[in-house]
Amino acid sequence: MSHRFSLNALWEFANPQKFMRTSQAVLPFFWGATALCLAVGLGWGFFFTPEAENFGSTVKIIYIHVPAAMMAINAWAMMLVTSLIWLIRRHHVSALAARAAAPIGLTMTLIALVTGAIWGEPMWGTYWAWDPRLTSFLILFLFYLGYIALWEAIENPDAAADLTSVLCIVGSVFALLSRYAVNFWNQGLHQGASLSMDRADHVANVYYIPLLVSIAGFVLLFVALVLFRTQTEIRVRRIKALVARERMG
Amino acid sequence: MMPDLGKYAFAVLSSYGISLLLIAAIVVLSLWRGARVRRQLEEVEARRKDHG
Amino acid sequence: MIALFRRDLALAIRAGGGFGLGLAFFLIVVVLVPFGVGPESAILSAIAPGILWVGALLACLLSLDRIFALDFEDGSLDLLATAPIPLEGVVAMKAAAHWVTTGLPLTLAAPGLGLLLNLQATGYGWLVLSLALGTPALSMIGTFGAALTVGLKRGGLLLSLLVLPLYVPTLIFGAETVSRGADGMATATPLLMLAGITLATAALLPFAAAAAIRINLR
Repeated sequence: MSHRFSLNALWEFANPQKFMRTSQAVLPFFWGATALCLAVGLGWGFFFTPEAENFGSTVKIIYIHVPAAMMAINAWAMMLVTSLIWLIRRHHVSALAARAAAPIGLTMTLIALVTGAIWGEPMWGTYWAWDPRLTSFLILFLFYLGYIALWEAIENPDAAADLTSVLCIVGSVFALLSRYAVNFWNQGLHQGASLSMDRADHVANVYYIPLLVSIAGFVLLFVALVLFRTQTEIRVRRIKALVARERMG
Repeated sequence: MMPDLGKYAFAVLSSYGISLLLIAAIVVLSLWRGARVRRQLEEVEARRKDHG
Repeated sequence: MIALFRRDLALAIRAGGGFGLGLAFFLIVVVLVPFGVGPESAILSAIAPGILWVGALLACLLSLDRIFALDFEDGSLDLLATAPIPLEGVVAMKAAAHWVTTGLPLTLAAPGLGLLLNLQATGYGWLVLSLALGTPALSMIGTFGAALTVGLKRGGLLLSLLVLPLYVPTLIFGAETVSRGADGMATATPLLMLAGITLATAALLPFAAAAAIRINLR
């Protein structure tokens, strides 16, 4: 074994060691499965599915838009769970996993927003129509930004983990509340509802399987990236600890 | 090989294009930072070994 | 706790406490909007509820970082954290003091500014009611944000980034109350939601904010 993930007993906690070992072992599988599912799902969806009524070829956008939107929500849900685990069980890996997941969730939200807007143009005639769903994702985007910014701003790692966990919990409540508020705010105003994205949810079988594969691909991508990024965060934490020890002489 | 996307070609192609770009970006950035941090850790640990 | 409340009020009102700033800012924002969108009264009338609410919200934001800053710097926050009164109570009192010195004046000034924006006559009552109900939530949410960022140098911008998304539900329900009320439509739903948010934040956020302060004081 190379010394790069040293089993040196000076890793402060048992958990990080185990995590590094296990994640190192499974990562290749996850990367591979990700590539496979994305290639199959997106390839099939893009090249081999027919056009749809009302949507034309834009129906193909669902293979990106729907999985990205799902992951945008799921990433935050995962951050919520890992934040709670950190607050209750004080497992550092959990806190670092939440930190690792945030930029991925941010990217997924951005993809959902961009594909939503691009899709909206031919459907609604405008790139942005404050559709309740897209608006909720815009708010989610801001929540991600705030969460990431708070991690960056607090120097003490444990304090940062605690504060961002509290923010994640409070933010989750407000995110749900905002969803309701935005629906209330835009009810009846959006005339494009007849061609809304909701229709895309009721997809016919011919579209369904590549969609499932694409969703699987996005999930696997998320898992692979979180595992990898958490490894990085653990190493960063270890570097800080070692450097601090060096300084103390 | 490219399907006939009709008048929506721009919408579909740019959706796929931008999204794949964003995915590539987060993957590449994560890998790059990971490699950099791993090198840093190796250096710091090598220093520790030298100084005992 | 009352003593704490009075002390924070006094601190805010004395010179340098920034008491009038929020009001002045509110005025400036409301004055700027017609310059930006044009003087046509029909347009101003339509957007007046939103502008007034956004202006009040931004004015609230201005004084948030002061809530804990002074006490943090001179160490009194540590004392308050270890005092016999629960930290949650301290936080609630600070939020209340913030509201009295910011939200309340804004609520009272709003009708005057509504005049500048051609707010429909039917809207004034709803304006004051919605602001009176909603600005306490803004103060409480803001206090939570201030607790998260207490002690950060230049935390003001981060504070805004954290707090503004949390303000969205209150803003939506508040502005909708005024718009719908001005148009003679039913306002029960947004008003109830507004009140609900204020009550819930007042009851629950002090715990989250106190937790954040304890973390920051470690």
